[in-house]
Amino acid sequence: MSSSSAFNDEKGGSSSVGEPEYGHDPASGGIFSSDYKRHDDLKEMLDSNKDSLKLEAMKRIVAMIARGKNASDLFPAVVKNVACKNIEVSPPRPSRYRDISQTDPNQLIRASALRVLSSIRVTIIVPIMMLAIKEAASDMSPYVRKTAAHAIPKLYSLDPDQKDQLIEVIEKLLADKTTLVAGSVVMAFEEVCPERIDLIHKNYRKLCNLLIDVEEWGQVVIINMLTRYARTQFLNPNANESLLEEGGEKTFYGSDEEEGKEDKVEAAALVVKRKPYVMDPDHRLLLRNTKPLLQSRNAAVVMAVAQLYFHLAPKAEVGVIAKALVRLMRSHSEVQYVVLQNVATMTIKRRGMFEPYLKSFYIRSTDPTQIKVLKLEVLTNLANETNISTILREFQTYIKSMDKDFVAATIQAIGRCATNIGEVRDTCLNGLVQLLSNRDELVVAESVVVIKKLLQMQPEKHSDIIKHMAKLTDNIQVPMARASILWLIGEYCEHVPKIAPDVLRKMAKSFTNEEDIVKLQILNLAAKLYLTNSKQTKLLTQYVLNLAKYDQNYDIRDRARFIRQLIVPTDKSGALSKYAKKLFLALKPAPVLESPFKDRDHFQLGSLSHLLNAKAGGYQELPDWPESAPDPSVRNVEVPEWTKCSSREKRKEKKVEKPFYSDSEGESGPTESADSGNQSGCVCLSQPVNSSPDSDTGSGSGSGSDSGSEDSGSESGSEESEGESDSEKDEKDKRKSGKKKAKKTAPESEERIYVSFCVALLLKCSFPSPQAASPTCGPLKTYELLHRITGEGLAVTYCFSRRPFTGDPHMVSVQIQFTNNTEVEARSLRVLEPKLQSGMRIAEFPEIDVLPPGEISTVVMGIDFCDSTQAANFQLCTHTKKFFVTIQPPVGELMMPIFMTENEFKKEQGQLMGMNEITEKLTLGEGCRGDHVIIQRVISTANLSRVPCGSAMECRFAGKTVTSGSLVLVTVVTKEERAAQVTVNCEKMLIGTMLVKDILQALSQ
Amino acid sequence: MIHSLFLVNSSGDIFLEKHWKSVVSRSVCDYFFEAQERASEPENVPPVIPTPHHYLISVLRHRIYFVAVIQSEVPPLFVIEFLHRVVDTFQDYFGVCTEAAIKDNVVVVYELLEEMLDNGFPLATESNILKELIKPPTILRTVVNTITGSTNVGEQLPTGQLSVVPWRRTGVKYTNNEAYFDVVEEIDAIIDKSGSTITAEIQGVIDACVKLSGMPDLTLSFMNPRLLDDVSFHPCVRFKRWEAERILSFIPPDGNFRLLSYHVSSQNLVAIPVYVKHNITFREGSSQGRFELTLGPKQTMGKAVESVLVSSQLPRGVLNVNLNPSQGTYTFDPVTKLLSWDVGKINPQKLPSLKGSMSLQAGASKPDENPTINIQFKIQQMAISGLKVNRLDMYGEKYKPFKGIKYMTKAGKFQVRT
Repeated sequence: MSSSSAFNDEKGGSSSVGEPEYGHDPASGGIFSSDYKRHDDLKEMLDSNKDSLKLEAMKRIVAMIARGKNASDLFPAVVKNVACKNIEVSPPRPSRYRDISQTDPNQLIRASALRVLSSIRVTIIVPIMMLAIKEAASDMSPYVRKTAAHAIPKLYSLDPDQKDQLIEVIEKLLADKTTLVAGSVVMAFEEVCPERIDLIHKNYRKLCNLLIDVEEWGQVVIINMLTRYARTQFLNPNANESLLEEGGEKTFYGSDEEEGKEDKVEAAALVVKRKPYVMDPDHRLLLRNTKPLLQSRNAAVVMAVAQLYFHLAPKAEVGVIAKALVRLMRSHSEVQYVVLQNVATMTIKRRGMFEPYLKSFYIRSTDPTQIKVLKLEVLTNLANETNISTILREFQTYIKSMDKDFVAATIQAIGRCATNIGEVRDTCLNGLVQLLSNRDELVVAESVVVIKKLLQMQPEKHSDIIKHMAKLTDNIQVPMARASILWLIGEYCEHVPKIAPDVLRKMAKSFTNEEDIVKLQILNLAAKLYLTNSKQTKLLTQYVLNLAKYDQNYDIRDRARFIRQLIVPTDKSGALSKYAKKLFLALKPAPVLESPFKDRDHFQLGSLSHLLNAKAGGYQELPDWPESAPDPSVRNVEVPEWTKCSSREKRKEKKVEKPFYSDSEGESGPTESADSGNQSGCVCLSQPVNSSPDSDTGSGSGSGSDSGSEDSGSESGSEESEGESDSEKDEKDKRKSGKKKAKKTAPESEERIYVSFCVALLLKCSFPSPQAASPTCGPLKTYELLHRITGEGLAVTYCFSRRPFTGDPHMVSVQIQFTNNTEVEARSLRVLEPKLQSGMRIAEFPEIDVLPPGEISTVVMGIDFCDSTQAANFQLCTHTKKFFVTIQPPVGELMMPIFMTENEFKKEQGQLMGMNEITEKLTLGEGCRGDHVIIQRVISTANLSRVPCGSAMECRFAGKTVTSGSLVLVTVVTKEERAAQVTVNCEKMLIGTMLVKDILQALSQ
Repeated sequence: MIHSLFLVNSSGDIFLEKHWKSVVSRSVCDYFFEAQERASEPENVPPVIPTPHHYLISVLRHRIYFVAVIQSEVPPLFVIEFLHRVVDTFQDYFGVCTEAAIKDNVVVVYELLEEMLDNGFPLATESNILKELIKPPTILRTVVNTITGSTNVGEQLPTGQLSVVPWRRTGVKYTNNEAYFDVVEEIDAIIDKSGSTITAEIQGVIDACVKLSGMPDLTLSFMNPRLLDDVSFHPCVRFKRWEAERILSFIPPDGNFRLLSYHVSSQNLVAIPVYVKHNITFREGSSQGRFELTLGPKQTMGKAVESVLVSSQLPRGVLNVNLNPSQGTYTFDPVTKLLSWDVGKINPQKLPSLKGSMSLQAGASKPDENPTINIQFKIQQMAISGLKVNRLDMYGEKYKPFKGIKYMTKAGKFQVRT
């Protein structure tokens, strides 16, 4: 395939006939220069019959093309050489490729053929391409379908007239259920028909669910497209925000309280008039399924999710993206550049979310200048009353930097902080005035400009600063700064009545040597002084006006003429001169210093257009939220009744079929729990069961899935909802097509075998280790961890579920059940600060976010007791309280059952004699008659399994300790008259002794 | 999406171009050269440059600019991330990513670019798939190819692209099965004049070199997984499992890869392993300045601080320095004013110091900026955040692998302000 791709490059070269030939560069060495001007040589080499010569020639041609040289005259010689040894390198006969792409038994070859065919950019083969794409779109191999999706934009760019037909293909491929195709087809959708948002409806939920498994580049495209989609289909989650802020939060939550508060009634009424906002479950689905992608290694994916959250999430949830974006800042400087641009825009709208990360934006002397300036922008946006002193202190160090452009930017940033935060205005102003004595002229000039803007806000207070600046005119040479000072003096000449005329005098002297902007300001100053203090300055003004009259610059001549007419009263002067004072000394509004990133968020964040602050070609506007939500039922997918199976067996069977790695990852939770513990079953029960989203999105269903999203796995209450059963249907379909495939071609059945092998492997690791026998279940003893009263309404019990702890076979799994007996919900239940004996370990249970009043929740944690009955102490935390709790295992729970034959048992027992054998005699208790009672009592005491035994008088049990795996063998021999003997063989004597005691107790009752 | 790619070397020559759609004239790069001229430093060239008909998105790696030509709206990070992936692949294939290496392997480069991008959209970017398609050049293979006239193009079909675990080759076999994990942490810190920490963060990565046969399924657990609250994973890591149990469970790619990177930003967790005492003063009116610098270890948990390198950009007014290091060697470049001191290992008994005088331009006024001091160091066998791997288990294969874990702490962007 690659040799044919080299051939395509060759064609690329040949199509550039019109390009000028670049001069030969004799300096460059190696294959890049040798002999290429003699194309004849190359031709000779290509015609020779030595393979090595041909190869050398081909290499040189590739090198030529790499340098942009025209190699078109070598085209025939190359084609001649592409001998049709096998189909993978055959020359471009389009129809032949089409045949291959349709008939070859190997899917990879079909795909490659299509790829080559679609890369031939010749209009004449458009019909053939179209046919091939259509065929490939219904190919049974997802890889071929992916290639078909890739071919769509190619054909579209070749012949845009095919759009309608291509949309049909896109529609078909969008319905595809494999992750391989999803990214490529959405890419094609974006290139060909981004406006056909209606094609997405039916596939929306599927895309959300597949997203995490799509390859990273596809994820970016899908997330960006879904952001636009969501903006057209859902309501603004922050719509009530502004009203709420005005009316106070209470009005929203308790509308019955509003009677007493008349001032709030109006606002409240407004809020009430709007339907209380309930998030569409599909909106929630999107937010939930994209969130894990913030952890992607690909910066583009993280950015895509960040912009999705910024544009779509309720205000309270946007915060999660800050951490991920700050993490990206450690990446390459180009990534940093783009991320900072976006952060700068975000900080204007939602300052709070980045405030905790303020220090991550501190500037290092080694940062490139463009990064420094962006960080400065972010810091300025983050400044508020509480952190301004820290930020200003930081700015002070920046001013000492050697990078003068950066220093100038810092001074401007200080100016902006001063305008935004009134408290520090004077401090900033003083700091800037100090900078006026800086040795670097650029710094001084920038300060002057910023001070000018600040003074405009409250000039009367700062006449001393104006005086100080007047003195500076002697030294400062930077025109902009001089002009600023002159403007200030002119504008506020009443505050400095003595100095102003003197400044004008000095300026009149140097007028001819000044820069143009300074000259204009001198004229300005003269005019203003003439109007306020004509006695002292009349002559000076006329002098200046005369100088200006003969200036080289027509702007200045023009201005002089204009001013003269306006201020110097003559008999010819018009009506305007009466108003001259009003014109020149009108009150001018203070300039607003605002961020260049203000309002940039009308561009979709993360886009090229946002970065450039200009619409790039092909940019799709981010639509505004709709006033009322369009019909959500368009996203419903019809589900045949039979797929709605919920029996565990069936579900499990499906899981096994599911071929995707991370799918099974996603589902590994439920698979595990279905087999190894009932904890998730309990979680499910405690969840409010969701009504399906099509019933009424306005009410309950939204909130239902809201709380579902807090749940750790995707197997929450929403499992019964449409979206989920949709994907169940997908699985079915997949399975069906899988079977079809297996029948059709041999290589694919191999693939299937491979896939199921992988799945088997995956499942193997999530299942209990194979040698462990399934536990014999009796009623489990429940122990109290936290009493209802000590726990202030929170009751916690635990039992040893006797199932291997998933993830760590050396841990005993402890099932913990929380009951909330209070009226309020308990939040963030978790384990804190375990105090453990050395060697002991705890696998904490996942934090329970919310436990509503009256609800019960069950979790499993793992504890490695190190084969000792020492207690595990830890703290159990809620969002308000901490409780010290202790779990002490009975010795019988420190082991797990194993299967053994009688012979194995005898052999092992033989090796555990002497010190390792403990024998006790006892009299069996009243109710303890018959084998099965003994067996049941022993098994409920210790987690052992029975070993088959020939003799009726003997019962044998075997197990091994959880941590070290030492064997525990128990023999109970019954004799006449209720006499019996218990023997325990165990390497760990302590365990043996304790176990014997426990069994004795159990049997003698 | 990506239309063309130009590779520009540090002297401003385009030495390679590749077009995926139609040919874009290389004159489009003139806009890039313009921007390059405007930028004072090479890294100050804006990554995104608009031109009348195209947009240029570039990255700078190994002193080569990779300039992608874009024609319409595309997320800039998408292109930047892809370009970095290209550079990583080149580095993976050729060991280094220099102009010479690219020119020597121009055919492989072309093959790679052709496979990585299809019509401007990324196709195969996983190094395991690419290596199946195009064999990396080795000396032996080059010799064989020269003699037999064959190419590096793999004989096999890219079956990896069909796999459920696209990052792993199938049919991997090793005689020694081994898995090595390197926990490398970098400390980024800004220390102020008085020695207190202004900001400190730890950026950690776990790089793995896994050479295991078959389809191993690994789980890696930590003693203190709570430290890792801000992580990003290689796609092979099962995210749900991490969420639920804080265990890394994955089918590893074959060979070298970055398993995860993490970020510890809370300041009280970040121990600062070295301290600096400095006294850099310029006297008004005199053409001399004092320079004193002493380094010492702190919070290193008894581990030695090695390969210490101190560098500082002195003010422009400094003509020359006359310093006396108690250990190691120092250099001063009078043109760039860069002082660097190769300290080596810090001996806690005898702290390394660098003392002496600086001579300033005669008559020039005292510089008002203070230089910042950048420090690099390494500490072996320690992860400064305290992260510890608990155990590594393998499922799905029968053999016993050889496992190894190494810890290291390095200075990242470690600056001391004076």
